[in-house]
This record gives sequence, C-alpha cells and structure tokens, in this order.
Amino acid sequence: MDAKRESEPTPMKNRTTVERKSERELVVTRTFDGPARIVFEAWTKPELFMRWWAPKSMGVPLLSCEMDVRTGGKYRLEFGQDASNSMAFFGKYIEVTPDSRLVWTNDEGGEGGPVTTVTFEEKGGKTLLVMHELYPSKEALDAAGTGAADAMPEQFEQLDELLVTLGASAGRL
Amino acid sequence: MVQYAQARLDASFAALSDATRRGVLEQLGRADASITELAEKFHMTLTGMKKHVGVLEQARIITTEKVGRVRTCTLGLRRLEEEAAWIERYHQLWSARFDELDKIVEELKRKEKVDGRKKRK
Repeated sequence: MDAKRESEPTPMKNRTTVERKSERELVVTRTFDGPARIVFEAWTKPELFMRWWAPKSMGVPLLSCEMDVRTGGKYRLEFGQDASNSMAFFGKYIEVTPDSRLVWTNDEGGEGGPVTTVTFEEKGGKTLLVMHELYPSKEALDAAGTGAADAMPEQFEQLDELLVTLGASAGRL
Repeated sequence: MVQYAQARLDASFAALSDATRRGVLEQLGRADASITELAEKFHMTLTGMKKHVGVLEQARIITTEKVGRVRTCTLGLRRLEEEAAWIERYHQLWSARFDELDKIVEELKRKEKVDGRKKRK
C-alpha cells in the first residue's frame, strides 16, 4: 500500500455517511461549504438539479427533470440512454419549507416507495444536509436494496446467472 | 467502485476455474454440506477441501458457519454481507452526487459575491 497517497489532501471534500437507522429507515448526511439557501436552490431548480443528480459514475444519464416545488406539486425524472429506453421516477412534494425542509413521495414503485425528507441546517455559513428515507416496511427497504444490486456491472449479472444455473442444474431452484 | 468490482471478478473467476470447486458449488446447490462431507464426496483430504472452500469463501460465492465442531458450507452471501454491499453502492452513488453538488454550491457562491458587488456600486 502506498500510505503517502492516502494522506494526500483532498480539499473541500466533506464526508458522506449512510446509515440504516432502523428496519425501515435509511439516513444520508453530508455538510456543504455554503449557506442553506444555495444548497436548497440546487435541490429545487431543475437546471441545477440535473447537473448533479446523475453523476457520470452512475452510468445512466438524466434525460429530463420536471419539478413543481411546492406542497402538493409533482416531480418527474427520466433516466436512460435515449427516450425510447427510459425509466421514470416520480412522486409529489408533501412539504416544502424554503431553505430548510423538503419532503416528497416516491411513487414509481407503487405502495413500496419511501417518503424522503431532506433537511438543510445552516451553521456558520455551512449547511448540514440530512436525507431521511422512510419505507413502509422492512421488506420494502430490503427489496430496494436488492433492486440496487440490479445496478451492478453486467459481468456480475453473468456470474449470478452462472450460479443460478449451477443451483438449478443441481435441482435446488 | 471499479477497482472493487474488478477485484471481486478476478476472485470469482479464479474460484470457478477449478473443476473440483465447480463440483463443490453444484453439490452445495443441492444442499448445505460440511467440509468433511465434501472431502469424502470428492475423495480428498480434509486439508485439501479446506483450501478449496477457503477460495470459494474469499470470492464470496459461498459462506461457512461453524457450529460445534462442524463447519457447514452454504451457497451464496450472508444476508449481512449482501446488505453491506448494497449500502456501500448506495454510499458511492451519494458521494458522487454530492461531489458534483459541491461544484454547484461553489459556483452559486461566486455568483452571489459578484452580484453583491454589482449591487453596492
């Protein structure tokens, strides 16, 4: 291991934490070096939101983003390589408090979707962001996790298939 | 992420490159088995089978659990590991998103400063 490389400074990078708080809850936290009104703006203006929500490493571009950011307003995001092969995520805002709190539903998965609450807390010019996802049940959160496994590189899918085939040929599945 | 994926793939394919180990996977596809049972089935010494099981376990294709004096092998990841793996992927995604968001925050801060100066003039 090259210890030196690890200790190289990476300026301005704050740590992102992810925690499964309970059977039904996931919590992501991150601090940003700017006031809450600016961070909030980046979450609520489509032209800004589109620039960060689908980073290159995600592998799927965000094709479109519509957001009517007010209580009861709807949003819709479409991901995909092109319009003919896209996947939509949608829901509605159930609470919008400028610069401090956003709550929305995730309805694309039917009843199993979580309610997402994002809070923006400003302190000394920095903003602590807490994103809280509450799933209707433990099973729904587990299923979302398994769904995330679908986003694995395709080589893994092939390996998984191979393992399924091995299991099937042995008469287990 | 890419490095992690690459390492896991290397380990997986290395694990599957051996006929005995593929046989062990088929066997475990039928039912869980102890290392002793596997050694007998494949006409091997216990030490030899332990090595094969170790390779499969490191590649995270199987898991083992010791109860009393018997180590039982099972096909697939432990639930806990599966959860850790997807939380790690989720973490990667949000870290990448927030690194991009940092850039926008910096940009908007600069813009506010410039606009502020204009207003004062």
